[in-house]
Amino acid sequence: MSAGANLGTTIRFRPLNVGRYFLWGSFALVLAVLPLFFSAGFAITMMSQMGIFIIAALAYNMLLGETGLLSFGHAVYTGLGSYFAIHALNWIAAGTLPLPVALVPLVGGLFGLLFGLLFGYIITKKAGTTFAMITLGIGEMVFAASLMFPSFFGGEGGISANRVVGKPFLGITYGPAIQVYYLIALWTFVAMIAMFALTRTPLGRVANAVRDNPERAEFIGYNTHIVRFLMFALSGFFAGIAGGLSAINFEIVSAESVGAQRSGGMLLAAYIGGVGVFFGPVIGAIIFTFFLVAMSNMTKAWLLYLGLFFMAIVMFAPGGIASVILMNLRVWKAGFMNRLWKPYAALASAGVIALGGFVAIVEMTYKLSDSGGGGAFSVFGIPIDLAKPLSWIVAGLVLAVGGFLYRRAWVAMKREWDDIQSILAERAT
Amino acid sequence: MEFFLISMLNGVTYGLLLFMLSSGLTLIFSMMGVLNFAHASFYMLGAYFAYQISVKIGFWPALVIAPLAVGAIGMLVERYGLRKVHKYGHVPELLFTFGLAYLIEEAVHLIWGRSAVDYRVPAELSGSLFKIYGTAFPEYRGFMMLVSVLMLVSLYLVLTRTRIGLVIQAALTHPDTVEALGHNVPRVFMLVFGGGCALAGLAGVIGGNALVTEPGMALSLGAIMFVVVVLGGLGSLAGAFIASLLIGLLQTFAVGFDGSLGRLFAPLGISFPSGTFLGELWGLTISSAAPVLPYVLMVLMLIFRPRGLLGTRDV
Repeated sequence: MSAGANLGTTIRFRPLNVGRYFLWGSFALVLAVLPLFFSAGFAITMMSQMGIFIIAALAYNMLLGETGLLSFGHAVYTGLGSYFAIHALNWIAAGTLPLPVALVPLVGGLFGLLFGLLFGYIITKKAGTTFAMITLGIGEMVFAASLMFPSFFGGEGGISANRVVGKPFLGITYGPAIQVYYLIALWTFVAMIAMFALTRTPLGRVANAVRDNPERAEFIGYNTHIVRFLMFALSGFFAGIAGGLSAINFEIVSAESVGAQRSGGMLLAAYIGGVGVFFGPVIGAIIFTFFLVAMSNMTKAWLLYLGLFFMAIVMFAPGGIASVILMNLRVWKAGFMNRLWKPYAALASAGVIALGGFVAIVEMTYKLSDSGGGGAFSVFGIPIDLAKPLSWIVAGLVLAVGGFLYRRAWVAMKREWDDIQSILAERAT
Repeated sequence: MEFFLISMLNGVTYGLLLFMLSSGLTLIFSMMGVLNFAHASFYMLGAYFAYQISVKIGFWPALVIAPLAVGAIGMLVERYGLRKVHKYGHVPELLFTFGLAYLIEEAVHLIWGRSAVDYRVPAELSGSLFKIYGTAFPEYRGFMMLVSVLMLVSLYLVLTRTRIGLVIQAALTHPDTVEALGHNVPRVFMLVFGGGCALAGLAGVIGGNALVTEPGMALSLGAIMFVVVVLGGLGSLAGAFIASLLIGLLQTFAVGFDGSLGRLFAPLGISFPSGTFLGELWGLTISSAAPVLPYVLMVLMLIFRPRGLLGTRDV
């Protein structure tokens, strides 16, 4: 938004934005070639889930990042989208719905939109804190209702379907996981472009205005309720697409897909990645899915680690990972990165030590509460006896030393960082 | 009549418990503008602390120690967490408490496991207080009522009759002026936050054994608590009180009714085959729909009176 845009000129010179096309092009390329490098079944499943979650987190960020609405119940729209998509799959199998499987996510999207319109109209009457509370209430309402109508929601067991239905198109049956991956990748790419394009439309811009200063937006003549409502409904649409894809991917949908845990996951992913930047939630979704799929196999405490990571982001980097990357990019471009390598290295090594001690204590506590006192296990060949106080003392010491070093490294890094920032600020003026 | 009286008593007990939670939430919100998402988690902590202490020492010490411990944790959270996030604005504050709720739940998993713990009503209070039409009213329910009412009265007295209460009331509306008069407003904030958390902890101590003490208790009550606050009007203590009782009564009475849409429309001859969505909707009894009713009430309130029962501003 340069000052020139306000002059109202009708003829504008708009060169082809090479950088942007290059970025999107290489993203498409990455999506296409990833399975060649990570061809294991586990990797394909994880990447499929990442794709789905990227759409969900970006849809979520249409509310939080772009319109300034904090939702605690967005899984309602992904979840209901999933339910309708899985029913659509069953209808296709029964022959009552002539639709190719590749378009089933659209069914999810349309119903996400429908419920977004339905609930959104009431919810978006409010903004801010009240909005957050209402979304939580609606989320709980849908979750409770999902257990009351077993014919549609399938009760505790959920609804399952088979995605290998209908006529295969060019030999694509969606039986093998790799075909599903490419379907998800395609939808992810299309949905991302659509959501990015939306940020450039007048609606997207007005939504930013409503986020930043609703009163002023109202004075200019925009109805903030309608703007919030439209953004909410559209966000429901994209969330529904993500839900439809997950129905195809897992072939089962259960009540927890509309639950509070799922909603919280979307919030966590979007915020960890960074809500202020378009690609932020993408990073967040990748990290979150990694935690969900890979870390949950390794440790029962993965939610605790994720929660702590989230808290650390909220307290020390409220712009999320994306903003940290962008700030460092700025420093790097200005040629100051050489001053930061050393503090960063110190910070990282101290962090690893502290984290090691902390993880050891958490894992030991988990083992202890599982075994009901006592027990022994080994990590990297180091035997740990939980009954001996020595193991706890050592872990505590590692944590304390690591924490102390981290604190010092942080102060040193911060000094350097602030210095660089003030130089940059001076240059700018 | 019997059903009515028993439900009335149970509903009021539950409503008072809800108010113990929502009053702290309301106070914290109107003072600091922070919606404490982790408020119900402090309730859960109170129940678990009380369980641990009652196993080791006994219920009566737990009644005092657990709320104090929860209050102390609350103060620490305010001092070293919330206060740091405050400069970023309200959304990061809310997210901070959201993350905290996550962490507390995980910590409870870590320490006490994933299933419910056996937190029992103390033996001294497990008898019945009196009988109405042959149905016994448990002594413990009476005790819960007593504690809640005592708590309410003392909260009222502290807020209106003591010096610190006056400072709190003044800081609610004019924090800058209060600070200029020489009061340490951040410390008042810390005290209020800790006090609110201690109230939630107390609710956990007396509610944990009457309901159930499990890791999901925070979430299930937390959502209801928000409904109460929205219904009553954000920031209104009196509104929260009325809404708490309303929700308490609604939930207890709904469980006792087995009317349904199908019965209502039966004389008109409108019915749907079972096994379909509409058939299930028609056959759904009020008692099995009870969990949804508070949320339905909230949605209706938002449509017809968005500011809540006693809310003064359209937040």
